[in-house]
This record gives sequence, C-alpha cells and structure tokens, in this order.
Amino acid sequence: MKVSIDQSRCVAAGSCVAAAAAVFDQRDEDGIVVLLNASPPADLADDVRQAAAVCPALAITIED
Amino acid sequence: MTEALIEFPSARATGCPFAPPPDQRAVAAARPLSKARIWDGSTHWFVTGHAEQRAILSDPRVSMDEKRPGFPHQNLNMAQTTDHRPPTIFNTDAPEHTRFRRLMTPPFTVKRVAALRPGIQRYTDELIDAMLAGPKPTDLVDALALPLPTLMISEMLGVPYSDHEFFQLHAVVAVDRNATAEEGARSSAELGGYLAQLITERVETPGEGWVSDIAEKVRGGEVTVAEAAQMAVVLLIAGHETSANMIALGTLALLQNPEQLAVFRDSDDPRVTADAVEEMLRYLSIAQHGLRRIATEDIQIGGEVIRAGDGIIVPLPIANWDPQVFPVPERLDLHRQARAHHAFGFGIHQCVGQQLARAELQIVYSTLYRRVPTLALATELDQIEYKTDHFAYGVTALPVTW
Repeated sequence: MKVSIDQSRCVAAGSCVAAAAAVFDQRDEDGIVVLLNASPPADLADDVRQAAAVCPALAITIED
Repeated sequence: MTEALIEFPSARATGCPFAPPPDQRAVAAARPLSKARIWDGSTHWFVTGHAEQRAILSDPRVSMDEKRPGFPHQNLNMAQTTDHRPPTIFNTDAPEHTRFRRLMTPPFTVKRVAALRPGIQRYTDELIDAMLAGPKPTDLVDALALPLPTLMISEMLGVPYSDHEFFQLHAVVAVDRNATAEEGARSSAELGGYLAQLITERVETPGEGWVSDIAEKVRGGEVTVAEAAQMAVVLLIAGHETSANMIALGTLALLQNPEQLAVFRDSDDPRVTADAVEEMLRYLSIAQHGLRRIATEDIQIGGEVIRAGDGIIVPLPIANWDPQVFPVPERLDLHRQARAHHAFGFGIHQCVGQQLARAELQIVYSTLYRRVPTLALATELDQIEYKTDHFAYGVTALPVTW
C-alpha cells in the first residue's frame, strides 16, 4: 500500500489521525496533516482506508 | 421524470422525536436529488443521498458565498443582513476560507484535544457531584449539558478562571431561546468586547490557550484584533449549544434504549466508546436545517444537472438515515460502524471542533451513566419540549431523577 497526502487540500479535521495515528499526524501550528509512513504495513491497511474515506477534504490518496 | 418538491424545513412525526421528518425521508427513498421550496418561495436542489451529499460538499464548484444571487438563505434575517456580515469561515470559499480555517484549527488537533481530556473528566465529575448533592428532580441541561461545553471552551480559549462565571453567564444568554433578541445581542456584544480585550492583553503578555495563539498572529500582523475576537465568538457559540444538545438529547435517547445505554455504562474499551459516540452522532444528527450552498458551474450528479447559479440544500440527517449506507437506520445500534456519517458535515467546511466534541461526548456518556446508574426521566415523554426551529436540534430541558 502506497499513501500520499495533499497538504494544500487538508482542512485539519483530524479524522485521519483518529483513524490511523501510526500513519498520520498533524502539524502543531495549524493542524495540517503530516504523513508518518508512506508505505504502511498490511495490518494497518484497513485503518488507512478508513482514514482516506472519512477525510472531508479528499486529501489522502491510496495506491494498492 | 416528474420532479418531487417538498416544503423545507418540514416537521418531524409526532411521537418520533429522533427520526428526521417523514416527507424528507420519503423523497430521499425515491431519488438522491429532488427539489425543496423554502421560506421565501424559492426552489432549490435538495440533495439527500449519502454519496451525492459527499460529492456536493467536497466539490470546489460548490460555493458558500451567501452574496451570490440565488443563494438559499436560512431565513429572512440572514438574507437581509448579508451585506453587513464580515467574511468568516461560514461564508467564504478557498483560498479566503483556508486562511480563516487555519487560524482556528490549532487547538482542535487530536493531540491538543487529548491533552484536554483530564480537564473534561474533572469538570464532568465536579458537575455530577454538584448535581447529586442538589435537589431532585433536576434539569440535566442546566446541571451538566450546558455548563460542561462552556467550561471546556473557556479553558481551550484560555479565559482566566476568575472570568469563567461572567463568560458562562453571557454564553448561555447568547444562545438562550427564551432570552429576548436584545438580551441575546447584548450578551454577544459583551462576549465580543471581553474577548477583544483579552486578545489585546495577550498581545503584550502571552498566556495559555487559543487566545494567546491568535494574539501572537495579531502581533505578527497576520490578523486584526476584530477578526480574532469574531473568530473567538464563533468558536464559543458553535461549540457550546451543539455539544449541550448532544448530551441532553443523547441521554433522552439512551434512556429510551436501556440496552444501548448499558454499552456506555459497562464498556472500559475506548474503541467501543468511540464507535458508540459515532453512532450517537449519526442517529441524532442535530444539525437539522440543511447546509446551504450555490453552484458556480454546471455539475452533473445523480442523473441530474445542477446549473451554475442554482441553490443547493443539503439535509445532513437524511444521509445519516440512508438505509443503503446504514441498514435499519431507525435502530440505535452502538456497535454499528457509523464513522461515515455526515453529522459534522463534509468537505472543507466540516466542523472545526469535531475532535473536542467527540472527546466531550465520549467522557460524558461513559461517566454519567456509570456514576448515576439509576438515572431516569422525571417527566412523561410527551411533555418534553424540542428545539424544532433551531439550527441544532435538542431538548430545551431534560428533567431527570435518580
């Protein structure tokens, strides 16, 4: 699984961190998404898909 | 295809206080987009399907600019005051909206909210202590549902403890439907003046909380004191009555579904509690009066074409009761996977304070029923008054005993 993010689209809702804290984080100054792991292991795949699905700004892209 | 047209907003069915209005559900069952006529006689797109709401709310060709002709205003007052309202997160599009949004988001990151949890727990316990020490029956709205979110926002903003009482008093009056328009406006002005003063002080002497964060940006010339104070009032008002409604209306729903209340009472697993709160958000969908948008270009969706300049209304509760996404939506099922709900909206305008709201609800629901296992309604169900005409649905009071 390959994950990419678009910080210019992000609106800092925090949903991705709530879904997969091992893969996504937020900048302290404005809450914008930071990608911690662009190739997350298989056991996190469901959480990462969930994160992408609930992102209100469609800022997370997944390639399997 | 004949077009379905409903009058919006419409009433809920008597005896079904939690279900969205039946006529809205009926048009949603027939097709994902229909038309709704609003207070001024104008007709707009009515987007009911879950997938279609998601697409519309995240589409950059869909605007929140209320000054565009044909915008479906909430009411006469909103329509008449459009020219007097300054730009805010509620009436701008990207990139102007992006600037406002990023000034407001810092206190609501998952990490910052996690740090507030011990404080939320402490305030919840103190309010329950005071309630149990007082007379019964009592009103849960006054005892817990309203004061908790106000205290948390005071803390998050960085309002000094000595000013909490003043702040709470005016915060309650500002959203109190029983207050006169003058009283409400006076309390809003008091709060705005107070917050402008506090921001100005923090420019000189930094302290804790969002007010100090924004004061630093005032000092750097990124934002004016007036803009900052206005954002602070928005944070206060938006985060105050909404959470209060979820606590009181949610408690009413759980008292009607004791086997579901037991999920909060008996579970020590934070994941179970977190999922259960998502289902409460879906089931109650308190933002009841439809998000308002306007198309800036033609948009093909759900077999229809929304033309540039067409108004769009997005009734969030209907998508949250879309049976294709949430089977048997009228069943409150706290073990359901409900995270795809639209209770906080969707797209770039989705609720800024949603992580704080989640933390408050997770802590309040799991603490109240554990500490007060005999909690019971102290009135008849048909005696309860609902906020049918408010932007956020709820109960005006919830008499409880134990």
